Amino acid sequence: MAKKVEVSNLNLRYGDFHALKNINLSIEERSVTALIGPSGCGKSTFIRCLNRMNDLVDHVTIDGSVLLEGEDIYRKGIDIDNLRYRVGMVFQKPNPFPKSIFENVAYGLRVNGVKDKSFIENKVRESLVKTALWDEVKDDLKKSAIDLSGGQQQRLCIARSLAVEPTMLLMDEPTSALDPISTAKIEDLIFELKKQYTIVIVTHNMQQAARVSDVTAFFYIGELIETDTTSKIFTNPKQEKTQNYITGRFG
Amino acid sequence: MNKVVRKYIENSVVSVLFTSSLVTTITVIFITFFLFYEGMGLFREKPLEADFIIAVNKSNTVKKLDNQQIGAVFNQDITNWKELGGDSLPIEILSLYTIENYYSEEDLGEDFSLLPQKINEFLEQTPGAIVCFTKAFMPEKIHGDEIHIDNIELLQFLKGKSWLPTSQPVAQLGILPLILGTLWVSLGAILIALPLGVASAIYMAEVAKPKLRNLLKPVIELLSGIPSVVYGFFGLIIIVPFIQQLFNVPVGETALAGSIVLAIMALPTIITISEDAIRTTPLALREASLALGATRWQTVLRVVIPYSKSGISAGIILGIGRAIGETMAVLMVTGNAGTMPTSFLQPVRTIPATIAAELGEVPMGGVHYKALFMLGIILFLINMIINISVEYIKKGRVGR
Repeated sequence: MAKKVEVSNLNLRYGDFHALKNINLSIEERSVTALIGPSGCGKSTFIRCLNRMNDLVDHVTIDGSVLLEGEDIYRKGIDIDNLRYRVGMVFQKPNPFPKSIFENVAYGLRVNGVKDKSFIENKVRESLVKTALWDEVKDDLKKSAIDLSGGQQQRLCIARSLAVEPTMLLMDEPTSALDPISTAKIEDLIFELKKQYTIVIVTHNMQQAARVSDVTAFFYIGELIETDTTSKIFTNPKQEKTQNYITGRFG
Repeated sequence: MNKVVRKYIENSVVSVLFTSSLVTTITVIFITFFLFYEGMGLFREKPLEADFIIAVNKSNTVKKLDNQQIGAVFNQDITNWKELGGDSLPIEILSLYTIENYYSEEDLGEDFSLLPQKINEFLEQTPGAIVCFTKAFMPEKIHGDEIHIDNIELLQFLKGKSWLPTSQPVAQLGILPLILGTLWVSLGAILIALPLGVASAIYMAEVAKPKLRNLLKPVIELLSGIPSVVYGFFGLIIIVPFIQQLFNVPVGETALAGSIVLAIMALPTIITISEDAIRTTPLALREASLALGATRWQTVLRVVIPYSKSGISAGIILGIGRAIGETMAVLMVTGNAGTMPTSFLQPVRTIPATIAAELGEVPMGGVHYKALFMLGIILFLINMIINISVEYIKKGRVGR
C-alpha cells in the first residue's frame, strides 16, 4: 500500500512547553490509524498538525516535516486553505453551523467556489447518503442543523467534510460526546469510509480503537511510544508502557 | 458567634436589600406615573391659553372652530367666513393686536375701562366679527356667541404639522415635525454609525493584533465617558461650520450635523457590543469553517457575522436608542426649527431638545407644560419599543 502521510522528526512547542517530541510516523492509504494515549499526551495536537489547524494557536513553533502525498505541508508558500480543503476534519464536539442542514453540507463547496446548483445538490445528497443521514433528514433539509440530535449532528459534520471530497479525514474523538447507539453508527460509518478515504482517528476508547482501526499509535507525554498493526498492539505490544496502558494500569 | 445575633444580622441584611429594591421600584413607578399623569392631562385641556374667550356675531353660523382654523384666522391666512363653512362675510378681528384699527385710546377710556362695552358694540354691529380677549376685558354679558373649542385630541396632536406652543390666542400643538426631526436625525446617525461601527468591530475582533486591540478598546470605551455637552461643543465648533462650507448652506446647524454628532456618540456602544458578539463566536465554528478550506475572510463573512448578527443588531439598536434620547448635543447643533424636515441640510428640532429648551419657560400646569410632558411620554414609548426589540432580538439568538 502507498504511503499517504510521512511524518518525520516532528517537534511542536507551545511557547516553552514541548508538546510533541520527535514524532516519526507513516500513514498508509485507505487505512484507519487510531491514536491512543492518556489525556494531554499530544494525540489531538498531532492530528491538528496534519491539516495545520495548530496555526490558529498563538506562540506555536513547529519543526520537522509532514509529507502529504510527497508534498511538505510545512514548506513556505503552501496554500493552507487548499490543504484544509484536501484534508477534512471532524471535531470532538459536533459543531454544525447555525444554518440549514443543506447549507451545512454545501458550505465547503460554496466557499471553494462551486456555483453549479445541481452539482451541489447531488453532492449534498451523496454525502448525506454516505453518512446514513439521508433517510432521516431528506424531508427537511431546510431545517436548522441545530435541531438535530447530537449523533445526527456529528454525522452531519462528517457529511460536511465528505462533500468536498477530501483525500484524508481526521477525526478528533468524534464519538466522545455521543451515546452508545450514535457511537455505533459512526463506527459503522468509519468502516464504510475506509474503502475510500485515509482516516486518522483520535480516541480515548480503546475498544473503539480495536474495533475500527488497522494501525494503532500509542502516544505518551508528547512521545510516540509505539506504532503497529492494531491486532499486535492489543495482543502483543513491544513496549511495557503500551502494555500497561492498554491493560488499564494507568491513563 | 451567638446564633441569635447571627440570625438577627442576616435578617437585617435581607431587609436592607429588600428596602433598596423597593425604593428603586417605587421611584421608577412614581416617575412613570408622574410623566403620564402630567402628560395625559393635556387631552382634558383646550388649546386656548388659560382665560381667553373667543366670540362671534350672533348671526354667524360658525359656532365651532378647531385650533388650526383659529390659528389660520388670527394669522389672516383665512379672511372669509365662507372658508370655515359660514356665510360669505369678511372676517374682522378684534383683539389686542388689532384694536387700534378700530378704536383710539380715548374711545377705550382710562385703563381700557370702556373696552368691554366696545367689544359688545363691535360684536353687535359687525356681522363678520370675531373677538378674542382675556376674561378680564370681556363684558360680563357678551352680546355675541362664544366659539366652542374642542379639547386637544391625540390624533390632532400627533399629526399636526406646526409646533407653535406660544402662539396667540391658541397654541398650535402639532408634534409631527418633532417626531420626524427626531427620526431624521436618528436615521442619519444610523446610516453613519452602522457601517463605521460594524467595520471597526470586525477590525478589532478579527484583524487587530492583541496589543493594538488592548489599546483601541479602552480608547473607544472612553468615548462614551465624554459628557454630551462636550460633543455638542465639538459639533458646534467643528462640524457645523464644516457643513456650512462644504454644502454652501446658509446655516450649518442642520439635521446632518445632529446625525454626525449622534453617530459619534453611538459608536462606542455599537462597537463594544458588536465586538463582544463577534468575539464570542465559538472557536468550534471557526475551526469547522477553516477545516473545510474556507479562507479567514470567508469564515468571517459566512460564519462569524451571521452568528453574531443578533448581537450586532442589539448593539446598533442600543446605540441608536441612546441617540434618540440624547438632548444636549443635539440641541446645540441641529438649529431647532420646529418645521417639517425635508432635507438633511435643514435645521430640525427633536423631541428631547424641545423639552429641554422649552420646559424652563412654561407656566406650570398650562397647556404648553402638559404638551411637553406628552412629548416625554412619546419619547418614553419610542425608547420602550427599542428596548423591547433588543430583548426580542437577543431571545432570537437563544432560540436558534
